Amino acid sequence: MAERATGRIGAGIGLALLLAPALLWITLLIVLPHVDLAILSFRERVGARQYAPSLAQYATFFREPLYWHVFLRTAVMSVLATALTLLVSFPIAWVIAKIARGRSGSFLFVACLVPFWVSETVRTLGWMILLRQSGVLPALLVRLGLTAAPPELLYHDATILLGLVYTSMLFMLIPLVSSLESLDDSLIEAAYDLGAGGGTILRTIVVPHAAPGITAGCIIVFMLTLGNYLTPTLLGGKNSQWFTEQIYTQFITRFNWEQGAAFGFLLLALSTALVILGLRATGQRFGEVMQRS
Amino acid sequence: MSAADLVADGVVKRFAEHTAVDSLSFSVEHGGFFSILGPSGCGKTTLLRMIAGFVTPDAGDIAIGGRSMRGVAPNRRPVNMVFQQLALFPMMNVGENVAYGLARRGIARAERTRRSLAMLERVGLAHAAHKRVDELSGGQRQRVAIARSLVLEPTLLLLDEPLGALDLKLREHMKIELKQLQAAFGTTFVYITHDQSEALVLSDRVAVMNGGRFEQVGTPQELYYRPRTPFVAAFVGANNRIPGRATIRDGERVEVTTDDGWSIRAHAEGAIAVGDRVEAFVRPEVAALARDAGDLPPDAVAHRGRVTSVLFDGANSTVLVAEERTAREIRIALPQTGRFADLKPGESVLFSFDPARAACFQARASEAAAAHG
Amino acid sequence: MIPSLPRPVWLRASTALYVAAFLAFLFLPLVVVAVFAFNDAPYPAPPWRGVTLDWFFGNAATGRVGLFQDGELLASIGTSCVVAAWVTVLSVGVGLANAFLLERARFPGKRLLSVLMLAPLVIPGVILGISILAFASRLADFGEDLLGWDLDFLRPGLTLVVLGQFSFIATVATLTLAARLRRFDRTLEEAALNLGATRAAVLRTILLPYLRPALFGSAAVSFLMSFADFNTTLMLVGNDAPLTVMMYGRMREGATPVLNAVSLLLMVVSGALALALIRRRR
Repeated sequence: MAERATGRIGAGIGLALLLAPALLWITLLIVLPHVDLAILSFRERVGARQYAPSLAQYATFFREPLYWHVFLRTAVMSVLATALTLLVSFPIAWVIAKIARGRSGSFLFVACLVPFWVSETVRTLGWMILLRQSGVLPALLVRLGLTAAPPELLYHDATILLGLVYTSMLFMLIPLVSSLESLDDSLIEAAYDLGAGGGTILRTIVVPHAAPGITAGCIIVFMLTLGNYLTPTLLGGKNSQWFTEQIYTQFITRFNWEQGAAFGFLLLALSTALVILGLRATGQRFGEVMQRS
Repeated sequence: MSAADLVADGVVKRFAEHTAVDSLSFSVEHGGFFSILGPSGCGKTTLLRMIAGFVTPDAGDIAIGGRSMRGVAPNRRPVNMVFQQLALFPMMNVGENVAYGLARRGIARAERTRRSLAMLERVGLAHAAHKRVDELSGGQRQRVAIARSLVLEPTLLLLDEPLGALDLKLREHMKIELKQLQAAFGTTFVYITHDQSEALVLSDRVAVMNGGRFEQVGTPQELYYRPRTPFVAAFVGANNRIPGRATIRDGERVEVTTDDGWSIRAHAEGAIAVGDRVEAFVRPEVAALARDAGDLPPDAVAHRGRVTSVLFDGANSTVLVAEERTAREIRIALPQTGRFADLKPGESVLFSFDPARAACFQARASEAAAAHG
Repeated sequence: MIPSLPRPVWLRASTALYVAAFLAFLFLPLVVVAVFAFNDAPYPAPPWRGVTLDWFFGNAATGRVGLFQDGELLASIGTSCVVAAWVTVLSVGVGLANAFLLERARFPGKRLLSVLMLAPLVIPGVILGISILAFASRLADFGEDLLGWDLDFLRPGLTLVVLGQFSFIATVATLTLAARLRRFDRTLEEAALNLGATRAAVLRTILLPYLRPALFGSAAVSFLMSFADFNTTLMLVGNDAPLTVMMYGRMREGATPVLNAVSLLLMVVSGALALALIRRRR
C-alpha cells in the first residue's frame, strides 16, 4: 500500500531482525529436531555406538501385536473422545453464543474458562478423589444404598474418556462459541419464517456456518487427546494402554531412542493424517482453521 | 495574487495496470479553500496521499510552500491531514490527541498543554480536553481531528472526505462550521470529496477530477453555470442529458435532434459541426413549466408533454415530464411559488427553456454515460 | 433455538438443566480438591473428619508435613516459576516480532513460515519433547566428541524444559499478538506520521499502547501454560522437577492432602490472575 521513505537497506536490516527469532525458533526447535527424530527412527544399533540405516524399528511395531493394538486403541479412543467433546460442548456453546445474552452470556463463558486456568494435574487429582474406590462418588453410592460395597470407578475406559473429554472441552468451546457468535440471528429467523424446523435449521444453517469452528475444535481436541499422557495414565492406571506411554517407556525407561523415535513418528503420522482427513472432509484449509481457534 | 502554497507539476502515478493520476499540474494559492471533486476511483485519494507523502509520484514534482517535496518523508512535510475516519488515537484523551504533534516536535509539556488547550478553546471544546475520544459526538470528533492538525500551523491542511461518515443533518451543520473555521484560521485547505454539494458550498475553487485528470478547475459558479465538458455538466448539479445530432448551426446556437426526432436548441460549447454527435444538457431549474402557452416567455420554443411523476422534495421539488411525441423524460423544477402544487400525473403541460442556458457538447459517449450512471 | 423464536417450556427447562449439569461437571473436581485440602485425615478421601489447616502449616511436630513446610514441594513451585518466567519472556518477545513479521513484512516463503509457525499446535507435546531431547543430545554429543566442549545445558534439565515449552507456547503468543495487530487501523499510524512522528515514536506512542492488552494477555497465558505443562516437560526434565512433574510423581504413589493444599493455592492464584485480566479487558 503506502510506500515508505525508509531506505531499502534499513528495511532489509529491519526484516532480518524480525525474521531472526522466528527462523531460530522454527529451525532449531521444530524442523531440525523432527528431522533428527526421523533419522533416529530409520536406523538400528549394530554394535557399541555403531548404527546402520534400517526399517527395523517400524518392523518391530508391526510385528509386535501389543504395539499396534495400543496404537489402534489410542486412535479409536481419541476419535471417540473428540466426538463426545463436540456433543457435550455444542449445546453450551449455543447457549453462550445465542441464548444467554450480554452479561449472563459472558459470565457463563468465563465460568467455563476458569477451570482451565488450573493445570491438568489438579483437575485429574480432583477426578481421582471423586472416583477411586475410597473416593467420594463410591461412598455416595453406598450411602444411597445403590451398591453394597464401594465400586472402583477408576481404571475403566469410560473413566479415561471422561477425563479426556473434561480436559479438552475448553479447546472445543472457544472456536465453537466464536463461530456461532458470528452467525447472524436473522438467518435463523429467516429460515424459521420460511418454514424450517429446529432440526432443519441446525442442519442447513447452523452447522454449515459453524463448520470452520467445529473443524478447528475437533482438530485441536483430537491432537491433544492423542498426545495426552497424564490423564490416561492416572485415570486408567495399568489398563490405560495409551500410545504415549509406549513412547515414554522406550525413550526414558528403556533408553531405546530409535524405537521411541519410530513410535513418535507413527503417532505424528496418525495425528497429521487425521487432521488432513478432517480438513478434506470439510473442505477447509489448515491456516484458516487455525486462525479461528 | 498571493503566493501558491501548493504546486503540482506533471504529477503521474500508475498502479499495476491503470494510471491513477495522469500528468496533473495545478496550483493552490495561499489561504484558499480548494476542493477536488470526483467520483470514487477518479484518483483524488491517490493525489491527496501523494501530497501527504504516503504515495510517491512516478513522475513530476509537488512543491509545498515553495519547497519541493521530492524525497521528503511524510513526517517531515509541512502538511497535516484530516483522515476520512478521522484516525483519532483511541489510547489517548482529547487533549493528548491535540498535543501529539507538538510532543513529536519536542515541545515541553507545559507549553504543549497550553497550546492544545488554546486550540481546543478555539474549536469550542476546551471542556472536553480530559474526555476519552469515544465519549465525543461525531461533530466533536471532527473538530478534534481538525484541531489536532491546525495546532501544528501547517502550510496546508488536507481533508479526505471528512464528512462522509456523518449523518445528513450533522453533515450540513459541519459544512458551515468547516467554512467558518477555514475563514478564521486562514490556513490553505485542500479538500477531497465525491459530494458536489460539499465542494460547491465550501470552496473558493473546485477541480472536477475524472480518470486521473482535471476536467475543469474553477469557482463553484463557473462549474455550475459554465461547465466546459459534458462530464462536468453531468457530474456537478442535477442535469437532463439529451443526446442527439447537431442539425443546424447558427452562430453560438445549435439545434440538436434526438434519434427519435425531437429537436431542441442549445448553446454550443467548443467546436461543433452539423452532423456531429452531440449531448445537450438542460438543468431542471432552467426549464419553465406552463399550462397555457401564454404563460411561457414570449419568444420561447414551447414543447408539450405529459406529467409522469411528481417528485415532491420541499424546495427541491421536481416533476418528470414525458415529451409528447417521443415520450423522452425530462426533469423540471417546480417553482417555489406553489403555482403547480396541484399538478397531477397524467396532466398535459407546456415547457420551454432559454437555449443560452442549455449547453451542448461534442459527445464523449463513454465518459458522460459514466458520470450519469 | 434463539430467544426471538418461540421456545417450548420443555426446551427451556432442559436447556437450564443442561447448563446446570454442565457447570456441576465442570466445577465438581475443583471443589472436591479444594474441600479435601482441609480434611483432618491422612488421605484426601471421605469420610469427613473435621477441619484442619495441617496440610498448609503442619510441620514435623504435628506429624503432618504441610505445604509451607514441604521443602521439596516449595522448591518445585520455585522451579516452575523460574521456568514460566523465562518461557513468558521468550514467548512474548518472539511472539511480538512474529506478529510484525506476519502482519507487516513481505518476504519470499512467508506462507510456508506462517504454516510452520502453526505446526507446534498440532504436534503432540510428547513428540515435541522427545524430538528436542534427541536433537539436543545429538548436539551435546557432537560438542563433546569432536570439540571437547561440555554442553551440559543440552542435557535434560531446566534449559531444555524452557526451550521445549517455548517451542509451542510461542505459537500461542504469536497468534494472540498477530490477531490484535491485524485489527489495528493503519490510518492511525499514518496520522501519527502526518503529525510529525518518527517510526520509533509511532511504535512507542501508538503501536505498543495499542498492543498492551494483548501483551498482558499473552504473557498471562504463556505463564499459565508453562506452569501447567506436563507432556513436554516430562520428556525433558532433569533433576529439578517442576510442580506438575512433582505432583504427578506423588499422585501415582497415593499422596497426602498436601497436594490438595498446593492445588488450592494454584487455583486461588490463577483465579486471581484470570479475574485481573478480565477486569482489564472491560
